[in-house]
Amino acid sequence: MRTARVPVPLLLPAGLGLIFLLLPLAGLLARTPWSTLPARLAEPRVVEALRLSLLTSTLATVLCLVLGVPLAWMLARVSFPGRRLVRALITVPLVLPPVVGGIALLLALGRRGLAGQWLDATFGITLPFTTAGVVIAESFVALPFLVIAVEGALRGADSRFEEAAATLGSTRWTTFTHVTLPLVAPGIAAGAVLCWARALGEFGATITFAGNYPGITQTMPLAVYQTMESGDLEGAVVLSLILLVVSVAILAGLRDRWLTAP
Amino acid sequence: MKTLRTVAAGLAALIAFGLAGCGGERTDNDTGDRAGTVTGPITVFAAASLTESFTTIGKQFEAAHPGTTVTFNFAGSSALATQINEGAPADVFASASPKNLAVVVDAGNSEGRPTTFVKNQLVIAVAKGNPKGVAGLAGLTEPDVKVALCAEAVPCGAAAKAAIEAAGVKVTPVTLEQDVKAALAKVKLGEVDAALVYRTDAKAAAADVDAVEFPESAKAINDYPIVALKNAKNGAGAQAFIAYVSSPEATKVLTEAGFQAP
Repeated sequence: MRTARVPVPLLLPAGLGLIFLLLPLAGLLARTPWSTLPARLAEPRVVEALRLSLLTSTLATVLCLVLGVPLAWMLARVSFPGRRLVRALITVPLVLPPVVGGIALLLALGRRGLAGQWLDATFGITLPFTTAGVVIAESFVALPFLVIAVEGALRGADSRFEEAAATLGSTRWTTFTHVTLPLVAPGIAAGAVLCWARALGEFGATITFAGNYPGITQTMPLAVYQTMESGDLEGAVVLSLILLVVSVAILAGLRDRWLTAP
Repeated sequence: MKTLRTVAAGLAALIAFGLAGCGGERTDNDTGDRAGTVTGPITVFAAASLTESFTTIGKQFEAAHPGTTVTFNFAGSSALATQINEGAPADVFASASPKNLAVVVDAGNSEGRPTTFVKNQLVIAVAKGNPKGVAGLAGLTEPDVKVALCAEAVPCGAAAKAAIEAAGVKVTPVTLEQDVKAALAKVKLGEVDAALVYRTDAKAAAADVDAVEFPESAKAINDYPIVALKNAKNGAGAQAFIAYVSSPEATKVLTEAGFQAP
């Protein structure tokens, strides 16, 4: 087998890029206190933060699926005035620094916020400093990832199947549930994984909007930050390692099934 | 292709702008070793509660020592201690408690003896007009009063814990903030009803919050120590700044801000 020589101007930066991505992970592993690791893992605050992180990022993903798939469908299948503007607006949270997102959420859903004061006055609901607030913050940041992935999948899907269903008398809703959804299921799954990973790592919007309290709003990234800030570098490394292992395990587990490039 | 080129040009401009910004700060590498002259940049890491007074003192110092520029990094003392021990480039460290300063001294990163330059104590910051009628620490235990405290690793959090224990009450906060300014911001935003902050912070924010004094704060008075750092790039500047902090001019600023003499 003859392989063409890889040009050096491509090989060199590619190698540097790989090292750049992997070196920090190596640094993390090099400073991991392996001997005290099991005891550290069993600490209640670690278990609590991990449980909260898994719970909130999963709930955020469910919320994103419920809202995001129909939104993606609208963008891909329905032509309405201002569609391009809507698509552009959806990507704003994607490029917005998360801490800005957190402030924006406070001003919208906080106790004195645009919609928040109404929620408080009418239903007595306040979102900041609650686990629901964490889910909201994570969903705000993660939703665009899902919408963009699913819209891409919808645009790539062969619309003749949907047209065929329509000619056979299927309503648009039946077509959506029986033809479109199965067709783009891998795309939705890929979007959900991206969305979940983004929610799991969410920090800025969460600490700004939902605050920081163990067991209620202190997710793993917040626990990592607080542990590091309080001077317990070893503890921060342990928490980081858990997050790393959990994310890699989930991505690896889903990769073969859902994330293979077409 | 044309758009690509425009984007590339834009990126190049952004990068150039960013690099210029970085370079400007520390180009003057004169460490002021010449006898009697202090010049060049001085980097001061200071507790968040010193934000207003040190900013003023920094300007006075620059005016008194032409050729110097004082740059501040204000954050929770525990975070600053961690940053210094991890090699952050700082000349002076002013902490809101001896405990966080000891972390730096114990790691061998200080130079010379720390000196205590002020004392500070806690008040309860509440919304203007005190709508919940908080009269003392016992008022923070009411179920409809949402409370923000500093995390225990931060001096204001440690002091809050000491004061609350001295009062023999049980306060359940909704959030543990990373520095005193973050706790105060939650009161300003109206997201919490009360926060334990320093008297000086409440005074600096007097336009937005009222301060409620309480007797137990006398049991949790924080000493503020200041010390020069071993890895200082501007050792002479560090000593001059520390000396200036105890000068009559600086003492006047600190006293007016609400700090007490050591």
